[in-house]
Amino acid sequence: MAENVTPRVRVPATATAGEVVTIKTLISHRMESGERRDEAGRRVPRSIIHRFVARFNGETVIDVAMEPAISTNPFFEFDARVPESGTMTFAWYDDDGSIYEEAREIVVE
Amino acid sequence: GTAFGEGAATKAEAAIAAFTGGANIAPGDVTLILPEIAENGFTVPIEVAAPGAEAILVLAPANPNPEVATFTFGPLSGAQRASTRIRLAQSQEVIAIARMDGGRYIEARRSVEVTLGGCGAPT
Repeated sequence: MAENVTPRVRVPATATAGEVVTIKTLISHRMESGERRDEAGRRVPRSIIHRFVARFNGETVIDVAMEPAISTNPFFEFDARVPESGTMTFAWYDDDGSIYEEAREIVVE
Repeated sequence: GTAFGEGAATKAEAAIAAFTGGANIAPGDVTLILPEIAENGFTVPIEVAAPGAEAILVLAPANPNPEVATFTFGPLSGAQRASTRIRLAQSQEVIAIARMDGGRYIEARRSVEVTLGGCGAPT
């Protein structure tokens, strides 16, 4: 597991049935592109998060295939439709096999 | 920044063909928001949107690897829209291609002038 990887998500705690809510996510990660060279001129090996998926009650909201051109500390903002109360889950997939996960409850009032 | 020459165009064409399967691409209702001038190519804000899209491919053809991201929208997508931050190695025309239902493809392009290229330099 890469060091100091911390996911952060901003999700509304409540919604009305069928409401479209905006979600923001940020995860601390170097996103080493594989194109950079160190001070000795050696290419630094690629080490990125290559996929991000957000789901609500198991149904996909957005699934992002990420390339090395995604900046350090990947940020995503997107919109989810909330049909009922449930759990928004987030997963980031690292090149090293690690999966970083986060979850938030949304209550439909 | 470094010029990547004709190899860059070929890699971008290959990435587009992999996404579209060689289908025609027309201009269409694709929103692609980028700054006209990006002072820091390491982190350039971008927003893409295409109402009704199944997926949107973002390409930066003058980057060492032209593919930037592919956003695939699921059944609980509230709007076929996403924002993120990307690296641009040099000034170039960024491309967003949306796959619509029925296998139609539409695109938008935006030129970005990059002051500090966001690629090979040590951070």
